[in-house]
Amino acid sequence: MLKLENRIFKNLYNEYGWEIENAIKRDDWKDTKNLISKGREWIINEVKTSELRGRGGAGFSTGLKWSFAPKEVGSRPHYLVINADESEPGTCKDRDILRFEPQKLIEGCLIAGFAVNAHVCYIYIRGEYFNEGKRLQEAINQAYKKNYLGKNACDSGWDFDIFIHYGAGAYICGEETALLESIEGNKGQPRLKPPFPALVGLYGCPTIVNNVETIAVVPTILRRSGKWFASIGKSKNTGTKIFCISGNVNTPCNVEEEMGVPLKDLIEKHAGGVIGGWDNLQAVIPGGSSMPLLSKEICDTITMDFDSLIENKSGLGTAGIVVINKDQDIVACMARIARFYKHESCGQCTPCREGAGWMWRILDRVVKRKATFNDINLLSDVTKQIEGHTICAFGEGSAWPVQGLLRHFRKEIESRCRDEPLIKKKINNPYLVDQHLLENKNA
Amino acid sequence: MSLKKVHSNQPKDFKFTNENLKKAEEILKRYPEKNKKSAVMPFLYLAQKQNSNWIPLAAMKYIAKFLSMPYISVYEVATFYSMYNLSPVGKYFIQVCTTTPCLIRGADKIVKLCKEKISPNENELSQKGNCSWMEVECLGACVSAPMIQINEDYYEDLDEKNTVEILNSLIKDKPLKPGSYRGRKNTAPEKKQSINGENHA
Repeated sequence: MLKLENRIFKNLYNEYGWEIENAIKRDDWKDTKNLISKGREWIINEVKTSELRGRGGAGFSTGLKWSFAPKEVGSRPHYLVINADESEPGTCKDRDILRFEPQKLIEGCLIAGFAVNAHVCYIYIRGEYFNEGKRLQEAINQAYKKNYLGKNACDSGWDFDIFIHYGAGAYICGEETALLESIEGNKGQPRLKPPFPALVGLYGCPTIVNNVETIAVVPTILRRSGKWFASIGKSKNTGTKIFCISGNVNTPCNVEEEMGVPLKDLIEKHAGGVIGGWDNLQAVIPGGSSMPLLSKEICDTITMDFDSLIENKSGLGTAGIVVINKDQDIVACMARIARFYKHESCGQCTPCREGAGWMWRILDRVVKRKATFNDINLLSDVTKQIEGHTICAFGEGSAWPVQGLLRHFRKEIESRCRDEPLIKKKINNPYLVDQHLLENKNA
Repeated sequence: MSLKKVHSNQPKDFKFTNENLKKAEEILKRYPEKNKKSAVMPFLYLAQKQNSNWIPLAAMKYIAKFLSMPYISVYEVATFYSMYNLSPVGKYFIQVCTTTPCLIRGADKIVKLCKEKISPNENELSQKGNCSWMEVECLGACVSAPMIQINEDYYEDLDEKNTVEILNSLIKDKPLKPGSYRGRKNTAPEKKQSINGENHA
């Protein structure tokens, strides 16, 4: 369990007020000038020591990412882009940071911007979070008023501006290159990598893209030292993380916990337990909809961190935990997720655009008990054809949940399938008869 | 990728109002001068707001001229993103989240209520003409499931009873307040636990 003094997001539920005065009381913007004056190297090294891994899903080392930005600014300016396009089903952590801890994010932006030589930062918020964006804009205005942003921001000698850019309801824009395309005013379709955004990103300039939560924890890490952050959680999976526990639990909630906390603890202690008791648990999606689900046997003992979930052929992703109990039809749940991916595919790569629809239609047939046994192998084949054959990770994101379903619930699917619907009776038909009319009769 | 139909009855002209022109100037300042094109998404929002929540083709042409970009690129953006409405929607535009986390807490019941109260089909104006509804993908408030978005506001922690109340209030043109309908503070865990989840739709 996370100790109270180690909590980073103290105002996650807005108990103490989000305004800048209240945030300052919670130690935001304390010594920021001092932190920046220690220099880029120190900041990046401290983040590296903390072993902070990106909170947006992939879990890439943040310090390492920052060090990819060119050391000197050449002819092209550098940009910092914050990914607040939170659309992964099961995830709603960034929303609370935007609403209730905006100053942590803004301060983090300034420090990160300084560390990667960026004078301009764009925060890309999903369009549905209109009110959250409005709140963030107010918070930014308050920071400008106190001279924490703008020219000579926070007296550090660094000019820094933050702008908000709204998305408009496209899940794919959470992919970093699609997000950059979207800011540039195009359709949100991912770019081929390499070149990576750190070298060729927004407007062709070096750009660092980070998740909201990643950036919001940076100021606290620098103030309390990287070693402190690294001492929480497990090795290589350090620090605290906001978990969103939704689905069939008694009290769904967002909660900050240390990495490597047992899943059972999270559900029982924070979310009031599974509806109908732990034995009524059917499956858990551990990290947002794109991560394969876990069966109950795994849930009994699993700890929530990047590496132990990968060992179990799943992933931490965004730590959006969706609990599904035995009252639910697991195939219908996954069919709905497949429909989500069908709807959200950007349509650039054929395997993903067509395959997502295939997966949904086959799963839908299983739900309606119209699928045949051959369909199961076909489904498994389609997931393999999508995975790894697309420009971005959306392909994996749509194929993995279906693979997880096949891995853990194959028997359940088989029990709903039937043999070929056409009963092939041996009938001696005279030659030259409309064959398809006969087939209809036999159906 | 969203499938959207352009409305058959299009206005001939579109122009930003003076107030929106000022806003547009402000928006342009956020982006480098040679990358004016970036402003296309905020501009489409402005146009949508000005034209009672939908974007006519004339507005796309106007924006294309404004930002000196090809009309087809504006059209591309407007059709790619699902939040740009290309045909009229109700004054109260109800979006019901039906993705899995909401579904397993009873979003289908809310859809059923919308069908009964507002209109049997999605994207169809209600009898009085002030509401329309549609199913959408995850709105990012899974912890507060099931939930609906009405225009810009989130109505969270719903059940059948208060969904009916909310929908009735919209039909009467006196919308109820957004927020959690189980009286909890944002996304905090609730202290009072009801037994076996009788607290959702």
